[in-house]
Formats: sequence, C-alpha cells, structure tokens
Amino acid sequence: MAYIFNDTQMAEFKRLVSRYPEGKQKSALLPVLHLAQESFDGWLPTEALDYVASLLQIEPIEVYEVATFYSMYNLKPVGKYVFEVCQTGPCMISGSDTIIDYIKQVLSIQPGETTKDGLFTLKLVECLGACGYAPMMQVGKIFREHLTKEKVDAIIAEYRQTANNN
Amino acid sequence: MGVKLLLEKANVPGIRSFEVYRREGGYRSVEKALKEMNPESIVEEVKKSGLRGRGGAGFPTGMKWSFIAKPEGVPRHLVCNADESEPGTFKDRYLMEFLPHLLLEGLIVSSFALGSSDTYIYIRGEYAWIPDILEEAIEEAKAAGFLGKNILGTGFDCNIHVQRGAGAYICGEETALIESLEGKRGNPRIKPPFPAIQGLWMRPTVVNNVETLAAIVPIINMGGDEYAKIGVGRSTGTKLISACGNINKPGVYEIDMTISVEEFIYSDEYCGGMKGGKQLKACIPGGSSVPILPANLLLKTAKGETRYMNYESLSDGGFATGSMLGSGGFIVLDEDQCIVKNTLTLARFYRHESCGQCSPCREGTGWMEKILYKIEHGKGSISDIDLLWDIQRKIEGNTICPLGDAAAWPVAAAIRHFRDEFEWHVNNPELSQTSNFGLQHYADPIHVPA
Amino acid sequence: MSEQTLFKVTIDNITVEVPAGTTILQAARKIGGEVAPPAMCFYSKLKGSGGKCRTCLVEVAKGSEKDPRPMPKLVASCRTTVMDGMEVKNITSEKVVEARAGVVEFLLLNHPLDCPICDQAGECHLQDLSFEHGKSGTRYEFQRRTFKKHDLGKNIQLHMTRCILCYRCVFTADQLTNKREHGILDRGDHAEIATHIEKSLDNEFIGNVIDVCPVGALTDKTFRFKNRVWFLKPMDAHRDCPTCSGRVTLWNRGDEVFRVTARKDEWGEIEDTPDGQPGWICNTCRFDKKETADWVIEGPREINRHSVIAQGHYSGKIGTTKPNETFTAVNDGRTPQLLMDIHDESEVNQPSIHLSQNKGASHGDTFNNNKA
Repeated sequence: MAYIFNDTQMAEFKRLVSRYPEGKQKSALLPVLHLAQESFDGWLPTEALDYVASLLQIEPIEVYEVATFYSMYNLKPVGKYVFEVCQTGPCMISGSDTIIDYIKQVLSIQPGETTKDGLFTLKLVECLGACGYAPMMQVGKIFREHLTKEKVDAIIAEYRQTANNN
Repeated sequence: MGVKLLLEKANVPGIRSFEVYRREGGYRSVEKALKEMNPESIVEEVKKSGLRGRGGAGFPTGMKWSFIAKPEGVPRHLVCNADESEPGTFKDRYLMEFLPHLLLEGLIVSSFALGSSDTYIYIRGEYAWIPDILEEAIEEAKAAGFLGKNILGTGFDCNIHVQRGAGAYICGEETALIESLEGKRGNPRIKPPFPAIQGLWMRPTVVNNVETLAAIVPIINMGGDEYAKIGVGRSTGTKLISACGNINKPGVYEIDMTISVEEFIYSDEYCGGMKGGKQLKACIPGGSSVPILPANLLLKTAKGETRYMNYESLSDGGFATGSMLGSGGFIVLDEDQCIVKNTLTLARFYRHESCGQCSPCREGTGWMEKILYKIEHGKGSISDIDLLWDIQRKIEGNTICPLGDAAAWPVAAAIRHFRDEFEWHVNNPELSQTSNFGLQHYADPIHVPA
Repeated sequence: MSEQTLFKVTIDNITVEVPAGTTILQAARKIGGEVAPPAMCFYSKLKGSGGKCRTCLVEVAKGSEKDPRPMPKLVASCRTTVMDGMEVKNITSEKVVEARAGVVEFLLLNHPLDCPICDQAGECHLQDLSFEHGKSGTRYEFQRRTFKKHDLGKNIQLHMTRCILCYRCVFTADQLTNKREHGILDRGDHAEIATHIEKSLDNEFIGNVIDVCPVGALTDKTFRFKNRVWFLKPMDAHRDCPTCSGRVTLWNRGDEVFRVTARKDEWGEIEDTPDGQPGWICNTCRFDKKETADWVIEGPREINRHSVIAQGHYSGKIGTTKPNETFTAVNDGRTPQLLMDIHDESEVNQPSIHLSQNKGASHGDTFNNNKA
C-alpha cells in the first residue's frame, strides 16, 4: 500500500500540528504516529515512519528514535484485533495468569503471535491503569475489564462476528 | 460520610456535559478567580490551602507555582500530567472520564494564575478514549466563553490542548513528559535547570497532576484557609484513593485523610472488607513503588498506634516500618498471594519502563528481575536474597530520575518485611512451585517496646 | 563585561577558585589527579552531554556559604555547578566510593569483556574505570546481552555489544554534522545505537564519533586489528587541510602510519586548536592520509592519560606521582623481591625510554642503541 494520508487524515494531521507554536511542529510527532498507525493497517513500516518525518520536516532518525521508544507503536504487522493483556502486580493478584493461559489455549497462540486467520494478536503488556477492574485487556481504543473465561469467549466471538460482517 | 470535594457530583446524571455541570455550580471558581482575584492572590490561596501534589511526590503546589520564572516576553506553560501509569493508580482516569469539566475548570484557574495561554494535557496513550471526552468538553467550554479568546471579557486568553502519549510509564516524570510533549523520546532531563525555569520548549513550565489541578476548584471556591481545615496536619483537603486487589469493592474513593487504614479496608463505605472473607496479608498503600507493608505494620505503626490514611501516618517509622501515601494507589493482598511473585511482576514492570539513559537503572532493574525470577521458580539461593538487597541499594538515589528509587523500594521492602517468604522459596524449591507460603506471622500483633 | 565572579570550592579538602557557572567536575579537573571524578558520558566539547553514566557522582557535604545544608543525594558532578563555599567529597567519601563501584559493576554487567580482541584496549576509559574503581570478579551469572554487529559504512565499525550508551556519538552527529543519521533506538536495557535501516555514515566530520567513544563500540575500520595501541608511537603532526584544522596525532610504527586521531588532552577529550576551537578532524585527514609524506611531523606526543598507553602510570599526572611505591603499599610495607627484571630480557615497557622516542619498530638494536 501507499503510505500517504488521504484528505480526511491530512486534515487531522493539520489539526494536530496546529496545537503547537510555529516551528515546534515536531511536538506533534506522537499523535501523528498514532494517526499513521490507525491509517496504515495498525502498524508502522519504515516507509510510514519516513513519510511522517517528511510531513513534519524532521530527520527520519528522529522518528525512528521515538517510534521504537514507546510501546504502543507496532513496528511489525499485527492482527486485526490485538489483545493486550495486563500482567502487572494488581492484575496478577486478581488472576491475570489464568486469563492469559486461557487466551493462549483458545486462540492457540503464544504472546507476540498472531492467529493464522490474521484476526487476533496476543500481547502481554504492563499496567494499563485499570487495576480496580482487573483482570483486563486493551483491544484497540477500549478496555475490556473484569475478565473471566466466559467473557473472553464472548469477546472473541464478538470480534469474529464483526470481522465476518465486514 | 466523609467530606467530598471532588467526587461530590460524580453521580449526578449527565455531569459529563457542560450544561449539567454548570447547573450544578460548575465554573464558579473561574468567575471568581478571573473577575475578583489576580494571579498572585490565587497562588497565595493555594499556598494557604496546604495542597500537596497528588501525583505521588506530595510537593506543596503553591510553592511549586511560586517558583515559575517570569522573564519578559517569554510565554509560560501549564502542563497537566495525566500520564497516570503507576500500578495500582487509576484515580485520574476516573476524574477525566466522569468529571472532565472539573479538570478543565481547575486548569483554567491555574492557567490564569501561572499566565499560561496554551495549556497542555498529556494523557497516557492507553487511555485512548478519554481525549475524545476531554476534547468534547473543551469545545463546550469554549462555546460557553470559558475558554478561548478573552474569557468572560477579562482579556485572558487560554486554550487547552490534549496530547496522547504512546506507552511509557517514564513520561509521568515531569521532565520526561516535557520531552515527550516536544515529540522526543521520554528521557528525563538532567536537573537543574528545573521546568519552572526551562521547561516545555525551554520556556518556564509547571507540570501538575490531574487531581492536584481539580483540587484548585474547591480551594478557590471555599478559600485556602477553609480547605486547610479539612484533613489533619500537613495532609490537608481530600485525597482520591484508587483501591484494588483482593477486596470486595475495588474503585476510586475520596477520603478526607482522617480515617484509619483499617476503616478504609473494612468499612462498607470504602473497600468493603477482604474478598471471600480471606485474611489480609499485605498492602502497598500508595502505588506500586512505595514500600509494601505486612498486615500488622499496615494497620498499626511500630509504636502500636493506629495508622491513618494520610501522608504523615503512612510514612510513620520511615522505610523501616512505614510506607508512603504516594499516588494513592492502594493495592491489597490476601493470604493466598505470593510476595515473591508480586515483587517479580513489579520488578519486571520497572525493567520494562526504564528509559535506559542512566546505567544503574538500565542495568540494575533487569538484574533484579532475573534474580527474582530465579527465586520465584525455585532456583534461587540465600545469597541471591542478599545480592538483591545490595543491588537495590546501589540503584536507589543514584539515578537521574525517581524511577530508580521506584524500582528499588518495592524490592527492598519485600525483603525487609518478607525475608522468611523469600527464604522459604529458596529452601523449598519444589513445594514453592505448587503451594504458597500463606499468611504465616504477617498479621500477628507486633511487639511494641515499652 | 564586568569582572568574572570567582567561587571558592573545596574538593577532597583541596580548595580551588573557579568562575561562577563552572561544574564540580571541571573544578576538580583543575585540581587534577585523583580528585577529578571519572567521566564516561560527559564530554566538555559536546553541549548537553553528561549526567547519564553516574560514574562522576560526588557527595556535596556543604551546599554553599549561604546555604550550608548538604545535598541529600549524591550528585552528578559533571552537571552540577559550584556554589561559593561549597564542600565536595569525592574519593574521601565512602558513599561515593561505594556508589561508584556499583556503577562500574552495572556498566560491566553486560559488557563482553572482549578486551583481548578489542581495538580500544589500552586507551579504553571503561578499562581504566574498572581498574581504578571496580572490583575483580562479577556477581552476574546470567547470559549477557548481545547485539548484532552493525556496519556504519566503510570506515566506522559499530560494535553495539560494547556500548555503554553515553550518547556522546549522538551529540557529535547533532553538533558537528548537518544531518544526524544514527541515534538511540528502543529503550531500557534494549536501547541501542543504530541507524534503524542499515545506512553508512558518511558525513565529512562523522569520524569524530570514534574519538569521542569511551569504549570500543565505535572503532576505526582502517585500523581494525592492525596493531595494539600501546605498540604505536604517537606523533603530533599537521597538514594544510581545507576542511578541518588538520592538527592530528599520528600513531606510527616505524615509518608506517597506522591510524590518525584528533589530539586528545589528559582527560581523553579533543584538544582545542590555538584559536580556541575544538580540534575536531575531518574524515579525509582521519581515514585517507596514511602516508608520513602527507604530514608535517611536529614531534612525539606526550600522552597525559592515566592509561596503558601512558605506560603504566596509573595515578595522577605524569611526572607528579611515582607509581613505584604501590607494590610496597599493598604488600604491607614489605619490599618486593626481584626474581627477574623483565627489562633485561625485553625492551617493551622499558621505563626510562618513552615509547615515542623509539625510532622504528621496537627491536633489540633500538634497545641497545638507546641503552648506549
């Protein structure tokens, strides 16, 4: 695919840059990388990073440095739905290990892997700030909380359904 | 029922909208501050209130504000730290999600006090749906004349921008946050210079936590002196506590810092007691980085006095027998929890979140995780426990930013109070893989020297 | 401009006067010797450097005359400016000595210790640091971190496994070249110096990253495995260079030029040129001018470094400290018994002869001539 923003994405890009003073457009780098990731299949190949660098008029290395620092940018292809399951202290004491094992079993994948149909990726992540609603995981923009095995089944079925309908 | 200053209206239907929030008395502090007060008198009120930073460090907010440099012709900035990432802490998320206008109100008053016409909210990237809520609230406030140009006809201009982070705990450190806001890696800066002199784009900057900024609203409405009357000692006002772990009612609670830890855990108004009627084994009272305490030292101090939910009481006894209120992330562990495993997950967290700039943190956090992994999996030795102790001691205080301390303290406290459990893992490598050390003596009354 | 304000600062009981704005480290360097804390990441010629490695931590026992309170934590002396009346403890502070040993251990944790095949050996700051402040042996029993080798073009070798992430080379590229192409990727214990996509660095001044690298992470490919630095004779030389100052140190053996570096001062930093500018050199001088005929030789270069290349002078400035009493000191006052004088057998490390005074490759004739 071509890594170029369409008109809507370009308008959003301009809105993001407009928040910062003249000449400080580099400040928009993090939000613009989010925008690029959402626009380009959920991950950021080097071409996308170079494109962002050219839009913000900064050196490509400045973008690489940032994209590799933050954990939310995917630098490798991921499935359509990424299950980011929290495994830090509060989630662990609330039973996240059981949930992780269950997802591994149901989807037959290990952390970091994607199902053969390209639908699901399992990622183990550190604290997402939902400790009171543990165990939990992030899928796309939203949090799925108070997870149980039944809930995991329902969530997987729900996304399969959505994917089939599209 | 304790005093509620922040969450009083949280359950009013539709409070997220400007209309309902305003009808319930919202934005009064903006009118008062902009029309009846000046920046200096606002800072004065905040100083009088005794408000301490709610992000974890507890630094007096009024004093922080008074440090901001005011060079001629250089813009100043207020930045709201919404990068809430400390394990156990989820109070700011609650505020932003349910009371976005309360935060905006606090931000407008504070921006006026600090002279910031472009104020930024830096929110952790994982809270991906909250920027939409905040931006909608900003549009509403703008339409009502509380944001934008010439607010309420006073000549004060202020815009609030929301920026998402992208997954880095370290960006909760104020200078790392500033770097990130400038579109760079979240490497904490070497201080001095402090942000109050050279912060965002090298301009004078103040970075405050979400809850701190929300607390400005009641302070302006009721006056600093009245605010200071709530609470006890240097723990003035109210504090949001996010409670989680093995309790019946995890959630966000507002307390006035006069209640005891025991009441907070067991009363139905707050945590509602231990889940499944289990015994309390340990608790991390202020976010994962503060020292973990066994049940007996949590409920009572080493002197045998009742421990209260405030800055002074929780830190009574120093790190030897006390802990910290920190960010208010209250993590409760029951008798079935393994302290070694819990410490391992926290060590892994801090290794994962180290920016890698300075050597003690970059190398030390990973080393501690590896040793803890070994002990947890029945492969450790007694000398490993001593080695862990020595490593954490060499990290603490020797790093650029507090992440080093945050990584060292949980390990230190776990060994300090739960050394028996570590040794049990070492001495019972097979048993420890299938069973748990349990409650043991950790809830026994402690001997109080006469 | 008004007269410069001078601040009095006492470091390890030695008082020195320095202009306001001077860092503790620079003040200590003015005193010299062991009072100067080691620095692995700070580089006075690179703006923004320092503060990261934590080897230069010192204790501030008294903040200043006005506010005598001690500082609660050890501070990075390279980034902390002195105050009038400040009292600093470096090697006289147990806390500092202990913390520094800790930092050395952290820095060596994942270091490959491949000195025997590393071109930096002999002039490596990490070697010096370990020798002076570290402990023998390691308590680390896990697999060490390794990285794939990266090629930064035909002249520069990046050996990331040896890197201590001092960021000096990043600052160098930022400040000396108009387009930085390498940087720090990833974070935490995976952070690495890289270009992301394999790229060769070919800016005319990029070769200076080799000189600023405190370890063997960035080395000169044209010198790779050619010789050990302590066998070479450093000679100051210059040429009329259109790009840089052309003032260099040639590292010779016989008439053969093995490598060219910038001139370094006693702290291992690039020396200033007579007009007060840092003496960075260009790639042409460094990589392409490998004939004696390319250069005007000025004379032997005194290496004022407490390192192997300064021939066993491990403490203090050359000529100020005699290292020959060390053995007696560690041996509880007993004098060593001489079993065999190595200098009877070999001219290598003959203490009375400066290596640079050796003419030609070291062999028996030279030795006999010199002795005569």
